[in-house]
Amino acid sequence: MSEQSSSVSGPEAGTEPAPIEAVPLRRPGRWIAGVVVAVLVALFLWGAATNEAYRWDIYAQYLFDRRITAAAWKTIQLTVLAMILAVLLGIVLAVMRLSPNPVLRTVSWVYLWIFRGTPVYVQLVFWGLFPAIYKQLDLGIPFVHQFVHIDLQGINAAFLFAVIGLGLNEAAYMAEIIRAGIGSVPEGQTEASTALGMSWAQTMRRTILPQAMRVIIPPTGNELISMLKTTSLVAAVPYTLELYGRARDISGANFQPIPLLLVAATWYLAITSVLMVGQYFLERHYSKGLSRRLTARQLQALADAQGKPLPPGRGGGVAPGGDAQ
Amino acid sequence: MTPMVQADRVCKNFGAVQVLKGISLQVERGNVTCLIGPSGSGKSTFLRCINHLERVDAGRLYVDGTLVGYAERGGKLHELHPREAAKQRRDIGMVFQHFNLFPHRTALANVVEAPVLVKKKRRSEATERARELLDRVGLADKADAYPAQLSGGQQQRVAIARALAMDPKLMLFDEPTSALDPELVGEVLSVMKDLAAGGMTMIVVTHEMGFAREVADQLVFMDRGVVVEAGDPRALLSNPQHERTKTFLSNLL
Repeated sequence: MSEQSSSVSGPEAGTEPAPIEAVPLRRPGRWIAGVVVAVLVALFLWGAATNEAYRWDIYAQYLFDRRITAAAWKTIQLTVLAMILAVLLGIVLAVMRLSPNPVLRTVSWVYLWIFRGTPVYVQLVFWGLFPAIYKQLDLGIPFVHQFVHIDLQGINAAFLFAVIGLGLNEAAYMAEIIRAGIGSVPEGQTEASTALGMSWAQTMRRTILPQAMRVIIPPTGNELISMLKTTSLVAAVPYTLELYGRARDISGANFQPIPLLLVAATWYLAITSVLMVGQYFLERHYSKGLSRRLTARQLQALADAQGKPLPPGRGGGVAPGGDAQ
Repeated sequence: MTPMVQADRVCKNFGAVQVLKGISLQVERGNVTCLIGPSGSGKSTFLRCINHLERVDAGRLYVDGTLVGYAERGGKLHELHPREAAKQRRDIGMVFQHFNLFPHRTALANVVEAPVLVKKKRRSEATERARELLDRVGLADKADAYPAQLSGGQQQRVAIARALAMDPKLMLFDEPTSALDPELVGEVLSVMKDLAAGGMTMIVVTHEMGFAREVADQLVFMDRGVVVEAGDPRALLSNPQHERTKTFLSNLL
């Protein structure tokens, strides 16, 4: 205390009032709720630990089994690749939906109608049957000349079809999320960009989409986590090298479904937790300029200008003053 | 020499509503024109027609001798490609009532944005010029602040700097001080006065009669989509000829 006040010099230093150190408000409700929850959790854990049906020995044996970890990695790959496809296609669909071109608008609407209107499981079964419907793929000018010829029945593309199936379905939902985000940006932003001579594409890329991201990211994080769990449906393709399919295959051999379900659930939960951390940082990045609160860097610059060290734990709450004039 | 803006019986409809009913007006180079009138009189719409934010439905509007929004070929008007319209707008700066700064960019980045993106200026060059402009509007020390951290007056001054960064030959102001607290109006008006003194051609939609009297070369009173009266600001303010002008001005006091 004495060190701090002595570091402040000037005529007003002596008259500065002492900082408030009030007795904190007591909150007994929080303590009672905490005890109740702790007791319930302890009871549940004790029950789970002593119940034979869980077979924790088998759970421990398979948690880091090589087949399971490889399946977890496949699940992550499926999730990320399908989501990348969904976001890219979703942006295209959303922009088409908002485009002044009526043909593009209609195409986008029909896509949404079909892919949102049918269950993802049905779509995945369809993608599994795709090679049976279209036996080969030819790229070229129809009826004239083919450049590339792919025999679909000859290749083993279950993983690819799983990614396409999940991605195309999700794209329809992402398109709506992105459209809502674009709609949340005030019209004045488009006007200001137009008045500066920016083209429609430049306005979208530089002004609208960066601001729309703030609205787009939370539901997209939701969709990503949902996608992670939807990957367990790709058995419909059929593709079974991902987490749930693998766990079910193993339990089919050793007749221990409960511990293997718990193994799969543990991995899903772990991956979800990592995704949530990523979402936090993304949200922070795109909320730039949203708040009147000064960033840590700006606060430090202000403190430097006043010649005072920044007091710890007091960052953020300072509104900008009229000290500029 | 051709005038900077030449409007010839400009009409604009929104659906069945005719907002502009034949506006004829001329703005000379280096002059300041103030548009006044009750709300709904079409002042802002006319201003937005000048940089083709709204398309003109009838009549002709020329900026610097060039027809706005259309190309005249073989006695017929052709709609301009958006790229051409954007090119026309580059030389016309616009300042909005609600500033419309880009909230996700700092004051400096707001000013740098268009010259780099649209005029393909080098970033270092544009940044240097942006700092000059921020200094000119008295905000050199706010370069790194985000719009939400600035007062309304400061935001509007950044918006003026942003428009000036494109080196416009004409500046349009759409009620630039109407959204400001009274004590912040002065700082924006003084920036605009400096701009006028520097020879910028300006069209200002405003309710600031003091500014109009002091700075304007031409004052235009609009009501219900027509120009009721136009002329020297001092003469018009002290001795209005039309009944509607008299009523409007007396309501202001």
